[in-house]
Amino acid sequence: MDIIKFLDGFTNETLLEGKPSRRDMFGTLGSLGKKAMLSAIPFGLATMPIKTFAQDSGSDPVSALQLALTLEYLEDEFYDLALQSGVLPSGRPETVYMQISKHEQAHVDFLIAGLEGAGVTPVEKPTFDFTAGGAFDPFNDNGVGQETAYAQLLALAQAFEDTGVRAYKGQAGNLLGSDFLTPALQIHAVEAMHASEVRRLRDLKGWITNNERGAGMPEATQAVYNGEENVVQGGVDVTTLGNDAPFSMEASTEAYDEALSGDDAVAIASLFIVSE
Amino acid sequence: MRKSIVKVEPVKKATNRRQFLKLGGMGVVGAGLLVACSNDDNGMGMMPDPDPNPNPDIFDLGQGDLGVLNYAYALEQLEADFYTKVVNSFYGNISDEEMQVLTDLYYHEVNHRDFFKTAITAAVDGNTDLVLPTLEFDYGDLDFNNREQVLTTASVLEDTGVAAYNGAGRLISDPGYLLLAGKIVSVEARHASAIRTLLNPGSADFAGDDYVTTDTGLAAALNPSEVLAAVGDTGFITTPFTANNLP
Repeated sequence: MDIIKFLDGFTNETLLEGKPSRRDMFGTLGSLGKKAMLSAIPFGLATMPIKTFAQDSGSDPVSALQLALTLEYLEDEFYDLALQSGVLPSGRPETVYMQISKHEQAHVDFLIAGLEGAGVTPVEKPTFDFTAGGAFDPFNDNGVGQETAYAQLLALAQAFEDTGVRAYKGQAGNLLGSDFLTPALQIHAVEAMHASEVRRLRDLKGWITNNERGAGMPEATQAVYNGEENVVQGGVDVTTLGNDAPFSMEASTEAYDEALSGDDAVAIASLFIVSE
Repeated sequence: MRKSIVKVEPVKKATNRRQFLKLGGMGVVGAGLLVACSNDDNGMGMMPDPDPNPNPDIFDLGQGDLGVLNYAYALEQLEADFYTKVVNSFYGNISDEEMQVLTDLYYHEVNHRDFFKTAITAAVDGNTDLVLPTLEFDYGDLDFNNREQVLTTASVLEDTGVAAYNGAGRLISDPGYLLLAGKIVSVEARHASAIRTLLNPGSADFAGDDYVTTDTGLAAALNPSEVLAAVGDTGFITTPFTANNLP
């Protein structure tokens, strides 16, 4: 399956209208050039029919898994390149990236096998650009220097892992009643374990407070955290359950991770995907 | 993988009860499980009873979504109670980082616990007979002043919690409850990762090969009966309840 067609399946009128939050996400990052702005425009929105994917493929579980595979391709290639870049300090950072890389590779293989086992052609691996059109230089390919490159490697890893957690969560409902629900939850938990460690490697808490992206995170990553400030769970405002610290705004937002819609997950991933 | 979940090494709990629970657990496999119980063994080891709650004196978690919610509530009660004891008497020479992590975990688990009580009560229209009662706990000779014992126990609780939610997702039929479970399990996984790193800094244990299978990259997932057997093994929960209607 064509990745562009697949991603188009997630686009909708809101995106076509140029959702402000999405444009802001890229427009407000000072270091992002016009090239990056261009790359941020959703693929083929002007020319491609928006329901292509829905017509091409079947049920919700399949699109959920195809989205998951797309995100896993992204993470897998990112960690491979990170480990090859020479940017990572030895010791804890390298150990952590190696372990995560092992899991992302396994997730890619697992999802491909699962889709093929279900008689579905997996989406092809897109061409990734982890500079996001020149905004970043995480592998020090363009000579930004090891220190800056390493900071970007960590920031991108955090954004990818926190996105992965939210994206899998957002697809769980689409997998309800499917044999893929349990494995998807099992991957979801692994992404959260990764996210916690990468955040802690960056001297942040392992969990997300309010909708804070955390110190040192580029403003471009704010879309990953928008909505995490929610305190209404199952119709209950959990800050009203008590007056003490466990029910503060901070604790109440940390205690629950929020889901990300397929559209929003695609919008974030699209920053790093090269349109052919 | 199973071993680290089932066993809490530093803890030695009343032997008679633990052995009883193991035997009891074996005896009722398939029909459910008596999690914690007095030394009265009525019905244990007998054939499964067609009555969904054969012993009305002992609370049964229930079936379907209600059963899963009560099951989650039981685990959250245990976690909340454990961390309450931890923060009320931190072990000596605790680092700032460890105090911060354990305090946050206490906040989160208390929030989860009280949320489940409210949510379940609402779900059953206030019929509190269907809501798991407030449980009582006994940590035996677990030494809350011993860093290794506290962190190891925390690690087992978090790992078990993640595996429990992972395994229970498929038992939920309401998408709203599934989403809620998803919102909580990833936070438990973040906890598990942090505690694992506190126990073994600089290692790959944050998502270690003992917990995440290396060929598929999947974290553990366990059925309620497996989780409750492991929890029963610890002897931490002293209030009896059954899970006769959960796998």
